Amino acid sequence: MTQDRFDPGAEASAATAAILASTLHGTARGVVVDSPPGAGKSTLVVRAARELAAAGEQLMIVAQTNAQVDDLADRLATAEPTLPVGRLHGADSPPDPVLDRHPEVAKSSSVADLRDRAVVIATAAKWAYVKDVEPWRHAIVDEAYQMRSDALLQVAGLFERALFVGDPGQLDPFSVVGAEQWAGLSWDPSASAVVTLLAHNPGLPQHRLPVSWRLPASAAPLVSRAFYPYTPFRSGTGHGDRRLAFGVRGDGGGFDRVLDEAAASGWGLLELPARHTPRTDPEAVRATAAVVRRLLDRGGATYSERDAQAAPLTADRIAVGTAHRDQAAAVRTALAAAGVPAGAGGVAVDTANRLQGREFDVTVVLHPLSGRPDATAFHLETGRLCVLASRHRHACIVVCRAGVADLLDEHPSSEPVRLGVTVKFPDGWEANHAVLAHLAEHRVSWRP
Amino acid sequence: MNVLARAEAVAQGRAVPAATVRHRWLAQSPLVFVPLTTAGEAGAPLGAMIGTDRAEPTLLVVPQPLDRSLRFDFFAGLAAAVLPVVDAYADDVETEPATRNREETEVCADAPQVIVPNGAALEYVRLLGRSTRYLRTVEDPDAPHPVPVPVPLLGRWLTHWAERARTPGSALLVAMTDLLTRHWATGQSAMEDQHLGGLLGWIDPPQGMDGPAAAARAQTGRDRDGLLFSPPAGPATDPVFDNRVLAPALERYDAAKAAGATGPLRVAEADVRRLVASQLRPTWDDVWHGVDLLRALPEGGHVAERWKRDRWSFTGHRDRVRAGEPPQPKRDDAVTAAQKLAGRETAQARLFAQEALDDPLVMAARRLAGEAFAGTVLAVEMTYSEGRRPMPRPLLTLTTPDTPQADPGTKAYRALPDARSAQTAEVLTSVPQAPGTQVPAPRDGEAAGHVPSCLVTVRLTGGMGTGRVPREGSVPEVGERVTFTLFAHEPRSGPALPDPEATPWTHGGPPGTATADVPDTVTAEDFL
Repeated sequence: MTQDRFDPGAEASAATAAILASTLHGTARGVVVDSPPGAGKSTLVVRAARELAAAGEQLMIVAQTNAQVDDLADRLATAEPTLPVGRLHGADSPPDPVLDRHPEVAKSSSVADLRDRAVVIATAAKWAYVKDVEPWRHAIVDEAYQMRSDALLQVAGLFERALFVGDPGQLDPFSVVGAEQWAGLSWDPSASAVVTLLAHNPGLPQHRLPVSWRLPASAAPLVSRAFYPYTPFRSGTGHGDRRLAFGVRGDGGGFDRVLDEAAASGWGLLELPARHTPRTDPEAVRATAAVVRRLLDRGGATYSERDAQAAPLTADRIAVGTAHRDQAAAVRTALAAAGVPAGAGGVAVDTANRLQGREFDVTVVLHPLSGRPDATAFHLETGRLCVLASRHRHACIVVCRAGVADLLDEHPSSEPVRLGVTVKFPDGWEANHAVLAHLAEHRVSWRP
Repeated sequence: MNVLARAEAVAQGRAVPAATVRHRWLAQSPLVFVPLTTAGEAGAPLGAMIGTDRAEPTLLVVPQPLDRSLRFDFFAGLAAAVLPVVDAYADDVETEPATRNREETEVCADAPQVIVPNGAALEYVRLLGRSTRYLRTVEDPDAPHPVPVPVPLLGRWLTHWAERARTPGSALLVAMTDLLTRHWATGQSAMEDQHLGGLLGWIDPPQGMDGPAAAARAQTGRDRDGLLFSPPAGPATDPVFDNRVLAPALERYDAAKAAGATGPLRVAEADVRRLVASQLRPTWDDVWHGVDLLRALPEGGHVAERWKRDRWSFTGHRDRVRAGEPPQPKRDDAVTAAQKLAGRETAQARLFAQEALDDPLVMAARRLAGEAFAGTVLAVEMTYSEGRRPMPRPLLTLTTPDTPQADPGTKAYRALPDARSAQTAEVLTSVPQAPGTQVPAPRDGEAAGHVPSCLVTVRLTGGMGTGRVPREGSVPEVGERVTFTLFAHEPRSGPALPDPEATPWTHGGPPGTATADVPDTVTAEDFL
């Protein structure tokens, strides 16, 4: 198979088997699973849920957003149509109609209606309102690193033991008001649920999924090195397993050259001249829209290990990622002006926070530091860049103003170090430099 | 918006208003507290001015800040100044009628508001609270260094004020610089705005000076002796003052004390008092100057409602003190911390909404950010909901110059003049219009010449009463100007947390069960 005798399939199944063994037969009250981007986290959750149900256990699943809950319920019901699943939802947030095609998925806003179901699934926010019920024997907490410690505090009374699954490299949960007062306390309510859990239960078994099935061979080494330096992972596919090709030859312009570079190497950097700009940098936004336009116009086709046939690269397989909501809105407007459908069924344009957990063939990223005069903690956050740089199956194109490396050098990270707070490695500064250094090899300069 | 305001301030040479109304409560007679600390010694107060009467502040000075018994005297003096004010408010109560979730309770009719000059002074209040609330008093026969009786009680109140100050929008303890920067935008950085004298220079420069000049004079201007015209608002003092003036005075005091002569000691003490007062008085006047400026602004519509929450907070702490509960713990337990954070997040959301509703200038910023939109009603189409009892669900078509960031299905809210809660609606479509699209001229003569950039359709879903016919005035007419926000006006607080005794295993179980922290092992480098 692969030259270095690394068999991704075997490695992944061995890891999954170990996780399931700890969950089903272990004695610890919790099991933590760290998963790099696209490592089959949802598949693992579905598998664990089915095995627990098959062992005659009732379990609850906690996810973070309604979209995640609907997606999990859909996957679970698709994988095992006879499994009685309960979808607990809020009174004014009805579940996705996609669940209507599964007869065994019961939907209710009251937990009493669903207590006899083998699997009950809801958001953490909804679970927090559930009171006075017999606790479940088992729970699965999905995206546990994005769950805040106080949210776990609200729901932890509902289960006896739990499997926590999440990606430590993504965006940390945050609070709109200052929480420095509790920094360093093991139960800091603004910290991530897993941090609190491990601080109080240091002996819990921790597992990790070693293979990313989403990221191509061109991306996994960089993402692993830049964002997961101590817990490396590999790509499930080799070089040449995935290919992106265009039906129309490039016209030699900047946009087409960066597309060709990205098709060939998996990465592309469209560099605009250095300049300080407002957040919704009109030139960069227009360039982003133009890249998407050319992606579609040139009749992209993707070849992957899943399918012998080429799949056409359609708008819904493309995402544009930004740091701020107004940037996303500006890109949407620019796309509309360029005649590209955005939103449902079209190109997904959103912030890093909202793209978390999603997967596309090609992503176009407006670099968080592009055109900025300063590098704040928000823009340096490791998770933000990690999310933006790890959504793609084939290629990622970054649109950025020149001079970000100098900007980084002028703004070394200066976050206060607090007693008792585990310093997160790598810091955003270092991760940004690692990514920039790699992107520099795939640079295409463009002048508006 | 804020950047624009700051740029305008630079161009005009003085601060520009950042609000059209006052967004924080300002008491009739606030308790102003200006503390000074000793350089190089954490938590050693040098002096303070405190009082509710601007003409006659109480001056407290520690003639030798390193002397612990003098420091305790200072705390006792502070307690004598603060606690009578607290008591004056504690007994004046009004009765809150019972509601569905609550029995009839009493709440203090007013609460003491404390104003300090800046954020650092606010931190200092917290530090003083922390350093005094556990002190053992003379009533305790085993106390090695007993303090006068009311000192720990003072510490508990200071701690309560400082803790409440962390709640967004609260006004029980406020920093004057925070109040002023909320209502005016200056042409200097946020860092420089922390200097009360400089900030006031921008907002209200003295005759014949512009903002930058007045601010520069306040920050760096020195007299012939090298002392600042406008001493720092504290709690840190000017190093030049410390070295040239204060240090010799303290030395004279120490010498007089060592000699045991009462006459020279009294002279030396009076000297230190005079010097410390000279540093405090300008700041004291500045704080009251700020109070005057703020009082000139009309109060925002929701300010009294938020102050009522402060009164509840004051009443709650009064009850805890009266019930003989122990002082606030050093660290919050898991449930308390989560509760506080949840409460503050709700307060933040509430403040965010209420400020926008109270102030068109704030609403303009929200509209610019796409979180709200104001427009003119072009058409009203009556539709009804399906179901056994069809309810009115009118469709409004609006034209707006704003670009709301609303996907179809987003909830929108509108304040109704005489309804208690906001009217809810659902955005159906939001279509950007090409420039130059013809739309009928709005009735109230909306600024001529602007191009409507968005056509929005919303469906009203509430606030129209329970009948088949909408309540009068609850559905806008064609041509009426309406403002919808995409954020809720009265954010709900989250679900209840478990009791501290029921803290789950993920958070270490109930407090007090965990074993005490093991001290670090002693190493060769340990000198303490």
